[in-house]
Amino acid sequence: MTLILDYDAGNLGSVRRACAEVGLAAEFSCDPSAIVQAERIIFPGVGAAGSAMRSLRERGLDDALKAAIASGIPVLGICLGMQVSLDYSEENDTQTLGLLGGRVQRFKLNQPELKIPHMGWNEVRVTQAHPVLAGIEPGDEFYFVHGYYPNPTDVTHALAVTTYEGDFTCALGKANYIGTQFHPEKSGRVGLRLFENFARWDGVWNGSQISTQAQVDGNAQ
Amino acid sequence: MLSKRVVACLDVRDGHLAKSVKFVNTQNIGDPVEKAREYYLDGLDELVFYDITASSDKRNIMLDVVEAVASQVFIPLSVGGGIRSVADATDLRLAGAEKINVNSAAVTRPNLINECSEAVGDQNIVLSMDVKRVEANAEQPSGFEIVINGGRTPTGRDALDWALEGEKRGAGELVVNSIDADGTRDGYDTVLTAMIAEAVRIPVIASGGAGLPEHLHEVLTQGKADAALVASMVHYGDYQVSGLKQYLHEQGLKIRMSW
Repeated sequence: MTLILDYDAGNLGSVRRACAEVGLAAEFSCDPSAIVQAERIIFPGVGAAGSAMRSLRERGLDDALKAAIASGIPVLGICLGMQVSLDYSEENDTQTLGLLGGRVQRFKLNQPELKIPHMGWNEVRVTQAHPVLAGIEPGDEFYFVHGYYPNPTDVTHALAVTTYEGDFTCALGKANYIGTQFHPEKSGRVGLRLFENFARWDGVWNGSQISTQAQVDGNAQ
Repeated sequence: MLSKRVVACLDVRDGHLAKSVKFVNTQNIGDPVEKAREYYLDGLDELVFYDITASSDKRNIMLDVVEAVASQVFIPLSVGGGIRSVADATDLRLAGAEKINVNSAAVTRPNLINECSEAVGDQNIVLSMDVKRVEANAEQPSGFEIVINGGRTPTGRDALDWALEGEKRGAGELVVNSIDADGTRDGYDTVLTAMIAEAVRIPVIASGGAGLPEHLHEVLTQGKADAALVASMVHYGDYQVSGLKQYLHEQGLKIRMSW
């Protein structure tokens, strides 16, 4: 069973509808015991890091999620669901799950015409091949809505970049965990393809050859 | 870099697709769900549904339309028309709307913007403003006035001032709709759009008056808009969404060209 983690973190219906469109039956759950038994987990979320972490802890979902990830099942984090996988978020000065090392930082922009949140369609450039990102071609765009971006400590965790004022990491992964800053459920055909890939993924990924692009590791801000 | 967006607006009345000219005569032009799907497959970047249902007992039809569209259209979906409370906003969000447009009710009770943005997040609240040109005066120094109830009722409120207040109250985006240009197909009010886009730090969607691809280009460059809203020019088949995007791309704008 695929579970969509439900922790009062905004509108989850669009994630379930995108899953249904690619034939992946998914159920909402906020039950820690269901989480640890899931075959596959999607961890979505919009809203703020502080309240999201509070809500996860109150429901005991933080430990359940860590246990589920330790068991090796495929886990997909989306937007805030991805951001809380790092150690720390500047948003509400929040200690987050620490599934992989790094910080989530607020955009600091110099050009006055660039706005926060970074909202709209932007190009995603894959820098490390990953089964879940298969089929994303140069020029493919995804839908973003966020004011903070992830900055993983270990460059080998960065899978894709997007340019706003500078480059930032927009997808990251470690073993059976993958997270995206963009919203595949709102990104048309390429977004649905990502769910299709995730539905087929066995959770195995040991890193691929890092291309030179990956050296642009999100520190450009 | 973000792409400039092409947004299609579908006016829905009692579950049917309607199109108005200067917000007065509305005619039925088809099934909103079918149109939405057609535009999505043709590369549309965002969809706006505007509920112009007159009677409140038929409002629930809109929730069904939104739900049907959300299960087959995987781009951001924005819904407006008659939103008076946080409950209206959350009902639509549950039905599948990404963004909620507030309009007349926010002019009457501005705190609606704060309440809705707290409930569903800043980035999901769009302040949609209907604007009419007036002689600049002490009350409306910008020469633009906010009108409500589909353009029928003047409010005395200055448009620029209202845009700034909306941003301050937590709107994440603005739709600037020129009532003078709406339905004319003579082009957007580029002066109005640029005035507001330069004053705020949230994205602006230009609305009202699109008739030719050049109009979109003009408002996305001179008009400083982040997105251009189209209606009649695509609804009647004169232009296709993909054709408009191809044109803007050829003019050198950053446009999402693969879908």
